[in-house]
Amino acid sequence: MIYFDNVTKVYGDNSIGIEGVTFTVAPKDFVSIVGHSGAGKTTLLKMILAEDKPTSGSVFFESQDVHALDRSRIHDFRRRIGTIFQDFRLLPNKTAYENIAFAMEAAGRTDEEIEADVPHVLDLVDLGDKIWNFPHELSGGERQRVAIARAIVNQPDIIIADEPTGNLDPINTFEVVQILKKINDIGTTVLLTTHNKGVIDSLGRRVITMDRGRIIRDDEQGKYIL
Amino acid sequence: MFWTNVQRVVRAGFVNFWRSGFVSLSSVVVMVTTLLVIGSLLFVGTLLSSTLSQIESKVDINVYFNIDADEGSILVLKQNLENLPEVSQIEYVDRDEALAKFKERHKDDITTLQALEEIGDNPLGGYLNITARQTSQYEGIVSFLDSEVPTDEEGNSIIQNINYNQNRVAIDRLTQIIESAERFGIAVTVLFVVMSVMITFNTIRLAIFVSKEEISIMRLVGASNMYIRGPFVVVGMMYGLASGIIAILIFYPVTYWLGPITQNFFTGINIFHYYLNNFGSIFLVLVGSGVLLGAISSYLAVRRYLKV
Repeated sequence: MIYFDNVTKVYGDNSIGIEGVTFTVAPKDFVSIVGHSGAGKTTLLKMILAEDKPTSGSVFFESQDVHALDRSRIHDFRRRIGTIFQDFRLLPNKTAYENIAFAMEAAGRTDEEIEADVPHVLDLVDLGDKIWNFPHELSGGERQRVAIARAIVNQPDIIIADEPTGNLDPINTFEVVQILKKINDIGTTVLLTTHNKGVIDSLGRRVITMDRGRIIRDDEQGKYIL
Repeated sequence: MFWTNVQRVVRAGFVNFWRSGFVSLSSVVVMVTTLLVIGSLLFVGTLLSSTLSQIESKVDINVYFNIDADEGSILVLKQNLENLPEVSQIEYVDRDEALAKFKERHKDDITTLQALEEIGDNPLGGYLNITARQTSQYEGIVSFLDSEVPTDEEGNSIIQNINYNQNRVAIDRLTQIIESAERFGIAVTVLFVVMSVMITFNTIRLAIFVSKEEISIMRLVGASNMYIRGPFVVVGMMYGLASGIIAILIFYPVTYWLGPITQNFFTGINIFHYYLNNFGSIFLVLVGSGVLLGAISSYLAVRRYLKV
């Protein structure tokens, strides 16, 4: 599904983001990427989202070179990916309902679909009673669940979660991990970056370990080893 | 789907306008100031051009004819002058009328009237009173008269005198003042309009800068550029609409108060009457320029954050 072919990213100040990275993510995989800060985890995710271009090498998403996509097609491509971030990235002036509805509107869904799916997906993340709350009226865990609901509502091919538990307490962290596992169980590929050893060890899934821009380990049913 | 998207964009624009209360308020305040400047320039421009054209209309030249000049030749000349595009108005005053006017003008001057009686006959010739469209055009009219001099049977000019030559310095000076005033008016207008547009543009850019993060989120969920930009453009247009309406409402009491002052000061133009008589045009200019300014500023300001 995703194939990194010897990808290197060198920034303007000659610092290396990632170097010679090659790996594959198969459909329905649950892959965790671990590493210290600056190891290149976020750069790697940005490459998949076409937010950043590689200096050399290619990133493929289902045989399509992501960075060869025409600018007008990048929006369509991003609709196939659900993203979750450490800082939630919800639209501050929109309610939980509107945040999720926005992602559906952007994907060209009808009003009827939106009216049916948004309450349903909010129920799935146990926020059926906070549907009209604005992000600032929600706790960190609740905001992250809204972000997850937004990420899954368009039934994407893959969920990319960049440190989704970084700002959460242990209880909310556990809940978020459980939701991600459920999403994966129903057949959605999940790519997760985290610093949380407990999360990785509890998952018991594939773990890619990065250090200074390079992949140093790639283990099926791996552990958090740094 | 297109109309559904348009509806969604417009709805999102309205919602964002109300929810971004303080940002909207400050943007509208700046834009009202801008439109007040533009509106004031409109009023000042009207007063200036009206005053200048009134001054211009008061300048004229007279072409005096010999006493024995043939009236037919004078009327032919009048006809030729009427065909000149520079000539705005022309009046022929025959000898009798000229005498009557002279007497009327000097009715309190007994010495002059007695001298006239002693002469017995009418010593005045007829004359043409010519008003040009612009003071700078008198020179051309006089050149025409010099080249097309009507003559009597003996080949002598029937024109005795053209008073342009006596008034030339004053007319040239006035022409210079009028042209300078017009140029100054245009320069000041352009300067203020440019300044106002830049201030508005920067205010809207600042308002959109606050939403920079929001735009990046929209991009990440796969929203198209049109879908991201649309609500911001709608908000910009709403700033313009609200500001235009507020500005035009502010001008009502202001022009009402200034009306009598301008009437006394600027050769009879009441700015309040001008405001009422031209309300539709002023509304269109203020609201139209506000909406356009808001839309263009927003469009350009969002563009820089849409680069993938």
